[in-house]
Order: sequence, then C-alpha cells, then structure tokens
Amino acid sequence: MPNDRVAVVGDKNAISAFKALGADVFGIKSSSEAHDTIKKLAREYSVIFVTEDIAESEEELLNRYKARPYPVVIAIPTAAGSNGYGMAQIAKNVEKAIGSSIVLEDD
Amino acid sequence: MARLNVNPTRMEMRTLKGRLKTAVRGHKLLKDKSDETIRRFMEYVRLNKKLRRETEEEVAAALKAFVAAGAQSTPAEIAEAVGVPAGRLKLKSGEDNIMSVRVPKIEIEEADSAAIFPYSFASTSVELDASVKKLFAVMIKLIRLAEVEKTCSMLADEIEKTRRRVNALEYVMIPDYEETIKYISMKLDENERANTIRLMKVKQMLNEDGSKEV
Repeated sequence: MPNDRVAVVGDKNAISAFKALGADVFGIKSSSEAHDTIKKLAREYSVIFVTEDIAESEEELLNRYKARPYPVVIAIPTAAGSNGYGMAQIAKNVEKAIGSSIVLEDD
Repeated sequence: MARLNVNPTRMEMRTLKGRLKTAVRGHKLLKDKSDETIRRFMEYVRLNKKLRRETEEEVAAALKAFVAAGAQSTPAEIAEAVGVPAGRLKLKSGEDNIMSVRVPKIEIEEADSAAIFPYSFASTSVELDASVKKLFAVMIKLIRLAEVEKTCSMLADEIEKTRRRVNALEYVMIPDYEETIKYISMKLDENERANTIRLMKVKQMLNEDGSKEV
C-alpha cells in the first residue's frame, strides 16, 4: 500500500538535491541494482521519480505498474537535460488510446 | 460470420432475440463510454504535455544548478548540507474516479515552506541555495505531473479495453446473433411450409382414394 512518500531513483550525484526537499533518494550505480531497487520501492512508495536513462532501460518493469493507481512511476530528466523519453511516453499513450499518433496543437 | 450451433426451435430463437437486444444495448452504452473517456483523455493529455514540457526544463535546470553548486564545495559538504532534510515530503494520496477508472489523486500535504533549506548558510554556496529553491518550486508541479501522467496512461489502458469490447460486440456477437436468428426463422418457416404441403398432399391422396372407391 502507498505510504504517501516520494522516492527518487537515479544517479546519486544529481538527484541528492531531492534529499533537501524531504524525498527519499536512492542512488543507483548499475542497471541490475536499478531493477531491484525499483521493485522494492514499488511496494512501499506512492510516488517514484526515476531518471530518464534508468526508466528507459527498465521500461519493461515500469510497464507493470501502469495498470494500477499506485505506485506512480514517473520519468524525470537528468542534470544533462531531457532526452525526450517522457514526451515519447505521452505520444505512446495517445497512440494506444486513439489508434494513431496524432499531433496535439500546442497551446 | 459463423452461425451459432443451436437447435432451430422457437424457444432458442426467443432466447437469442433477448440476447441480441442486450448486446445492442451494451454496445451502445460501451460506445458512449468510450467516446466520453476519449474526450476526458484528450483533456488530460494536453495538460500532461504542457506540464511535462514545463517541468522537464525546470528540473533539468535545477539539477544542473545543483551539480554546478556541488563543484564548488566538496562532496562531503554537499552531503552534509542536504543529508538531513528540513521536513519530510509528505503526500496525501487518494483515489479519484474518472469514468469508473480508479486513478490516483495526489496532493502535497502542506509543509511549512519557510524551512526549505535544511542547512545553515555558513558552509554552503549561494548556488546551492538557488538550486534547492528552484527544485522546491518545481516539486509541486512534479507531483501534479505524476498524478496527470498516471491518469493518462490508465485512461489509455481503459480506452483500449473498451474499444476491444465495442468491436467484439459490433463485429462478432451482434452479427452472429442476427445470422442465427435469421437461420432459425427460415428453418421454422421451411418446416411450416413443408407441413402445409404434406397436409395438402394427404388430402389430395384421400380425395383420390375416395373418388376411386365410389
């Protein structure tokens, strides 16, 4: 069950900034570590922010959490900026729902 | 379309007609549901896109600033500065109901925002202050993004499911029922005619027999 807490998973150097806000930070060194960490966190945390590079390599695992309300797993950009993964996910959702990828007018 | 494997009787036809009626009604309801879900979904997707574009820039900028700030102090100093947060980030997470899809509803439980810096300013750089402040500002948006993005992906899932059901009803169930009902009614009519002809034939034979005897 969700515990109303926020976890951040990613490269330790950049994301420790989130620690100052009171989120729980989990630094990741290898990809196998990321897999296990996310799996473990998914059981406890209600919101998990994952940096895009990890989200991309662990896509299969993250897809499992899509059908349930919690945990909410969201990709965030790294310090190097966004690589467009998050936007691609939105487009994917649209394609899944509408059947074709449509371009939304920008507001 | 394949016709169902049933006995061509009046009773079967009656049940099938009932089922067809239910299927047509269900199809209409599901179609309406799908339309409305898509409408809601589009609203959320727009919001999602907007939020993501904004937050991505802001988060990247804040993290960049933090890394830059880290370069000015030793890692130990940074770790010490941010190690013990001023307050824990506490959320209020509930569930919302959009077109009977259970979606998350998350709010930040109001922390006293005065104390966003978990450290004293003596040993840290100005850049660190700025980056933490930036990140704090974007956090609220980030939580909102989490809620919206999850809602989007759950709605997309639901739309896909509903569409499958609508299609199954429209292109399989309903045509099947219609064809079976037609088949049964034709079979029954056929039996009816056969019966009439048989009676006529019997009568004719009886008449012929009678006319010979007399």
